[in-house]
Amino acid sequence: MTTKDYDRNVVLSTQNDFKVVGTRPVRHDGVDKVTGRAIYGADYDASGLLHGKILRSPHAHAKILSIDTSKAEALDGVQAVVTAADFPETADKTMELGEDETKLRDLRGNILAKDKVLYVGHAIAGVAASNPHVAEEALSLIEIKYEVLPSVMTTDEAMADGAPILHEDQTTEELGNDSGIVSNVAKHFQHIKGDVAEGFKQAEVIVEREYNTVTVHQGYIAPHNGTAFWSADGRLHIWCETQGSFVVRDSLADLLDIPVSMIRVTPTEIGGGFGGKIPIYVEPVAALLSKKTGTPVKIVMSRKETFEGSGPTPGSKIKIKVGATSDGKITAAHAWMAMEAGAYAGSPVGAAAQCVFAAYDLENGLIDGFDVVVNKPKTAAYRAPGSPNAAFGFEQALNELAEKLGMDPIDLRLKNVATEGTRRVDGPVFQRIGAKEVLEAMREHPHYQSEKKSGSGRGVAIGFWFNIGFDSACNIALNKDGTVNLTEGSTDIGGSRTSIAMQAAEVLGISAEDVRPSVVDTDTVGFTAVTGGSRTTFATGWAAYEAAQDVKKQCIERAASIWDVNAENLQMEDGVISSKSDSELKMTLKELGAQLSDTGGGITGRASVKPRGVGGSFCGNIVDLSIDEETGKITIERFTAIQDAGKAIHPSYVEGQMQGGSAQGIGWALNEEYFMNDEGRMTNSSLLDYRMPTALDLPMIDTVIVEVANPGHPFGVRGVGEANIVPPTPAIANAVYDSSGNRITQLPMSPVAILEAFKS
Amino acid sequence: MTTKTHVQTTINGEPVDFLCEPRQSLLECLRDVIGLTGTKEGCNDGNCGACTVNIDGRIVTSCLVLGVEAQGASIETIEGIADGTNLHPIQLAFLEGAALQCGICTPGFIVATKALLEKNPDPTEHEIRFWLANNLCRCTGYDKIVRAVQEAAKKMQEA
Repeated sequence: MTTKDYDRNVVLSTQNDFKVVGTRPVRHDGVDKVTGRAIYGADYDASGLLHGKILRSPHAHAKILSIDTSKAEALDGVQAVVTAADFPETADKTMELGEDETKLRDLRGNILAKDKVLYVGHAIAGVAASNPHVAEEALSLIEIKYEVLPSVMTTDEAMADGAPILHEDQTTEELGNDSGIVSNVAKHFQHIKGDVAEGFKQAEVIVEREYNTVTVHQGYIAPHNGTAFWSADGRLHIWCETQGSFVVRDSLADLLDIPVSMIRVTPTEIGGGFGGKIPIYVEPVAALLSKKTGTPVKIVMSRKETFEGSGPTPGSKIKIKVGATSDGKITAAHAWMAMEAGAYAGSPVGAAAQCVFAAYDLENGLIDGFDVVVNKPKTAAYRAPGSPNAAFGFEQALNELAEKLGMDPIDLRLKNVATEGTRRVDGPVFQRIGAKEVLEAMREHPHYQSEKKSGSGRGVAIGFWFNIGFDSACNIALNKDGTVNLTEGSTDIGGSRTSIAMQAAEVLGISAEDVRPSVVDTDTVGFTAVTGGSRTTFATGWAAYEAAQDVKKQCIERAASIWDVNAENLQMEDGVISSKSDSELKMTLKELGAQLSDTGGGITGRASVKPRGVGGSFCGNIVDLSIDEETGKITIERFTAIQDAGKAIHPSYVEGQMQGGSAQGIGWALNEEYFMNDEGRMTNSSLLDYRMPTALDLPMIDTVIVEVANPGHPFGVRGVGEANIVPPTPAIANAVYDSSGNRITQLPMSPVAILEAFKS
Repeated sequence: MTTKTHVQTTINGEPVDFLCEPRQSLLECLRDVIGLTGTKEGCNDGNCGACTVNIDGRIVTSCLVLGVEAQGASIETIEGIADGTNLHPIQLAFLEGAALQCGICTPGFIVATKALLEKNPDPTEHEIRFWLANNLCRCTGYDKIVRAVQEAAKKMQEA
């Protein structure tokens, strides 16, 4: 490869003896999506459909003294009004929500506030009317009396002595024990490895610094939406955009106190999610409204509601201390991290702790994590939740350390890199991982080898996400023409139908096009966890692999019975069943398919899996940028993302994940933030003022897919959805330093922030 | 009940009449009155471009146009881009170039791209990025979208 003329999207393959895996077929749902035919949640229509709207709190923190809905109910066209009083009262319990867990009481309180509102945008009441405009008018007729309370907006404010308390019954869990102390700190935990004090004594160079990040949003283009129909037979049917139809079903069953068998969730096509469409918001309100009216009710959030009433990712305070010997061996590292959970406990600080030091083999490490409630929307998952905040600190500190040591920043990382067998500070021991290979690919990349443009700065960083396994199910039925229909339950946000179908095709020896994949409702496929945690191609792909193996086995058995031979003497390759000993005995899947009915009936393969062999993924960035000293505006001139995919099933969509995660990371680094005023109100809740990157803000994003096969997956898949958003913020901050000598420790690095940093 | 206005338009080459309230946007009329849901709503204030349609040769965000303003207009939406079952080269380029992930922004991008290539058949990368800067995509980082537009331009010039 040379700098000027090189392949901008490279796959460094370790295994290429596949026929379908690793190729780039057109996605199965593609035509519907380029012709406008695909049905997303807001597109769903039903006979007699009513439109719902939600009344939201104008206060960041207030007691609800009274709610009077009578005038709204009297408005022409209004069919029903619901409040928290319409929820059944049930005992509290802990609920698994895919990547997160939450208390049922908190989930219910977030969906419709009962006694207190905890953030501006907190939902209080729902209205169903003949059209959305009437519903909106009705909201203004609901009368609520509040007693406004002082609010806390940051971890500093929330953790201060005498801070206003959000939940009078929340006591801090201190290192695993209930402290009994009422506080906004839901939890303080520690991970300890080795002896940090001793490690810092051995250090010859130490870097210590504090970093701050603010609330940002996933920014999916389709706002939250859901339609509910609670039928007279007691069955509740939901159509919505969700990352986990079974999470919606199970959450609703708990919230509404009805059996899961009475709820059917049909996931529509989904207009982005990035973690933010794992929790439920409007679905239970639509369900309660439908129960009252006996007709289907659709609720679609506005963009403002999406910012103020869904779940962004937290602002945080990160303190890093790291020391090394003069030859660059890290002797100790400490990360102190406090993250805003929003209105209810459950920030991603736990995940941040799993990631902050993951790329490095540390002898002595200490991680302190604080989960802190504040008067902002309850945070939700956002692509590698917590990890980017942590990396913004630690990956900058490492570059600072490298400079003090006079080392290349990639060499410093390689000297301390985690490999198979490394025990992380938070406990787990790594299986085979690709951190080293990613760093080596970065160092060798023509981008890193090239001369910087005059005036430009260059930065590097790497990031980690551990990825998850969880439950997936898949059914595959053989058709009479030798094609197969595949049904699965993972909502397809970015082409996963195809990457799942390709794994079945590989097993059956047929083309990707001969597999017809469908994402089906919760009545139609076995339990499947969320599309999240980078698990879909890994785990649902594995279910497809197993289901295809089941089909293959049955095909061989059927052929054996047709030919009256022993099945052990038969094999199936490239979609042809043949005898190992008799070359006359050959049958294609198509030929077998045509005689299924006459030879015993159809063939359906099935699998439900919960894979254990999850393989984490590392991603590195190299970024060149320039800074306009007059305006403070940063221009990204060149950007390279390098990620270990394990095995890229469909390289185009792996590249797409890497490019998309990079773009979100660049937005996070440069512009995105919730501007909160003194009253705790977001003042930039539009897509004009919440500044996500446009096509004009970005360069081409070059990619290198590194393939260090995950031994825990039949094709070596790791999952690639998330690690790629982790390195952009520190890589860009490191490039700003390289360009200007200014160490930026606060996100975003907006023009204003850059000018201020340059002044001081 | 608000009095409704009778609006006569041409949509994707066919005459379409509809009734709408003065407060209804063209986006709402297309989706909820006429039933053309291929045009998407992402923000309803003109900032995301998901609702981009072509009116009399000019692309607009249909959430910022009132339904009543469409009287006499010729409107092209995503549903009118393909010629029957023959996809437009832009649609093919998006498909083959994996230029979509969730797909919600795709209709707006395709309508906007068609207008660009009609005006400028051989745009530079910068011209593509400038033209498409009113269409937000949160999934792709735009790389494969820009490449798909370049590919479509090439194919259309060869044709």
